[in-house]
Amino acid sequence: MIRILANRMRIWLVAGLVVSSVVLSGSFINAAQAQKGPIKVGFSMALTGALAGGGKQALEAMKIWRDDINAKGGMLGRQVDLVYYDDQTNPKNVPGIYAKLLDVDKVDFIVSGYGTNLIAPAMPVAIDREVVFMGLFGMNNNKKWKYEKYFQILPAGPDPAVGFSSNWFEAIKSFKPKTIALVAADAEFARNLKEGAVTNAKRMGLEIVYNKNYPPKTADFTPIVRAVNAKKPDIFYIASYPNGSAGIVRALAEVGSDAKAIGGGMVGLQFAGIMAGLGPNLNGILNYDFYVPEPTMAIYPGSSELIKRYQEKVKTEGLKTDALGYYLVPWAYAYVDILGQAVNAVGKIDHDAIAEYIHKTKFTTVVGDVEFGDNGEWTESRTIVVQYQGIKNNDLGQFAKPGTRKIMLPEDIKTGDVQPFNALR
Amino acid sequence: MDFLELLINALIAGVLLGGFFAALSIGLSICFGLLDTVNLAHPTLIVAAAFCTFLLNDVFGLDPILAGVLITPVFFVIGLVIYTAYYQFFEKNSAEALRGLAFFFGLLFITEVILIMVFGVDHRLVNAAYIGKSMGMSLGTIDVSIPYRLLVAFAVAAIMTLGLQMFLDRSFFGRATRAVHQDMMALSLMGVDPVAIKRIAFAIGLGTCGLAGALMIVVIPIEPAVGRLFIGNVFAIVVLGGLGSISGTLIAAMILGIAESVVSTFFGPSWAPAVSFGILLGVLAFRPTGLLGVGDTR
Repeated sequence: MIRILANRMRIWLVAGLVVSSVVLSGSFINAAQAQKGPIKVGFSMALTGALAGGGKQALEAMKIWRDDINAKGGMLGRQVDLVYYDDQTNPKNVPGIYAKLLDVDKVDFIVSGYGTNLIAPAMPVAIDREVVFMGLFGMNNNKKWKYEKYFQILPAGPDPAVGFSSNWFEAIKSFKPKTIALVAADAEFARNLKEGAVTNAKRMGLEIVYNKNYPPKTADFTPIVRAVNAKKPDIFYIASYPNGSAGIVRALAEVGSDAKAIGGGMVGLQFAGIMAGLGPNLNGILNYDFYVPEPTMAIYPGSSELIKRYQEKVKTEGLKTDALGYYLVPWAYAYVDILGQAVNAVGKIDHDAIAEYIHKTKFTTVVGDVEFGDNGEWTESRTIVVQYQGIKNNDLGQFAKPGTRKIMLPEDIKTGDVQPFNALR
Repeated sequence: MDFLELLINALIAGVLLGGFFAALSIGLSICFGLLDTVNLAHPTLIVAAAFCTFLLNDVFGLDPILAGVLITPVFFVIGLVIYTAYYQFFEKNSAEALRGLAFFFGLLFITEVILIMVFGVDHRLVNAAYIGKSMGMSLGTIDVSIPYRLLVAFAVAAIMTLGLQMFLDRSFFGRATRAVHQDMMALSLMGVDPVAIKRIAFAIGLGTCGLAGALMIVVIPIEPAVGRLFIGNVFAIVVLGGLGSISGTLIAAMILGIAESVVSTFFGPSWAPAVSFGILLGVLAFRPTGLLGVGDTR
């Protein structure tokens, strides 16, 4: 009896030692990891300049992600810190910022700032240091580099320049167009976009009657719209940045156009300030988007909740940034979330292993399931085509409700039918 | 739309755009052209005025041009303060060349930061009855459409230019300002305080930012850093017009506006800056003092 009790005690003792050693070793590991300090994620961001409207909302989304992941235990058991600098929407500032992030701030990971023009100058730094580089809304940045550790979140598909506008060209087929005019801002993103649009136009057999770029500091767009009108195109494709987008919409209101479809790649029309400012002048514009407050967007689980959190943050903290956040918030959250998921799954800071994991994994994110192809682009295009309809005034509130930006394509989330530009004016 | 119709519309748009450029440049023509003060912050201060216009339009529903008229005295006072600081710290010590330049660079950045802190980084636009609409008319078989926002910008710029020209030509103060530019010592000997004259002239130049800012937000969407896009243009116009010549500034602005509009229409907008600055270089090669400049008489 005594022997049996002694054996049982011995078993309990051994079990207790095993459990306590596991617990203690865990504590030691946690303590050791905590001693290493937080994991730093570094990036440049357009917090001033022409793209700051997007950059600021992206930053706030990334801060929400940081708080979320830290609440869940962080990355590899360590808290996450964001280290960032304002690139002033100026590509010249970007290489220096990333060199400082890696050499002085000693960040563990780098992710890109917002937009093609600001990703491009960071690519050589990331490639030189052989680190994983997550991109935020880059248009074909990896085309020439073919860097295997680059991944980006713009849902434009494996051939982004073409995939970005393929749905748009699908949407205009009902007009049976024969001719097209194309105008683009003289910047990397817009030129890439126009290049893709030219490919799609040729596939449709459209005759290109006008194909020009405009410099970013153009003040008056009426001469451009008149020159396009003189060519009498059926379709008018525009790839522009915020200042140009607003200027062209105003010029269209003043000069008019007989084109049946106008828009395509106009950045900025998704920003709260510009939407409210242009108001009814937007009616009829057929443009790309990624997320709009239409009921069918429930296909992105968690997005609407995230956007509500962002909008609440803007209100309660009195942030001077986009009040709606539809355009970038889900995507800026998702691109760092994918990095976090990958690092935790790999279990160590090994850029080769993390890149390999990202390549072979389907990630579940707030923008749905995401898979990356060999070039780091999405394996499928999920760009949506919206048409501005029924905008009555300049009240921002109307853009937060369904109905002002109806989805024309993809078919499975469609909420309206595409109409000729002038039918909605 | 035939060639002639395109050309006439392009010329009209160019003249109107030139009016807008003149409004942006006219204050600098006084500060830089007459007072030798390289105010690099001028376009950014115009953006500051544009944001003030936005605020008055958004909160009180004031017409942008009326808002511009109301904020002009405020910018006049800001001009007095800036020149006083500039004089005390730089000009008085004959350190205006490089350090003065740094001062205005600093002013540019500080103004931008203040705008970002107060208004955020979003693009802002205003609304008024004349924005987004145009006046259509027929000249025989030629249809012409004139955007009201550019027409308003042109009219206000023309009034500003004529008013300033008359003021500088016909008033004692205007002649004193020109005298400051020509011979400060002689002016002092005649019992006039050249610093006081320069302070008020600089304030007038900066006061024009009020109306120019109102016109800016009528014509284009604004954000805090948009002024940087116009630094090259406004200095080019002032130099092309002839330093200190108000009417020269207006003519130079018209030339660049017409060049930009016509080139955009017929050859593509990406050629417009090259042609504009080509004109600048060409004129300076044959007339180093600019179109209506009389040269340095000192």
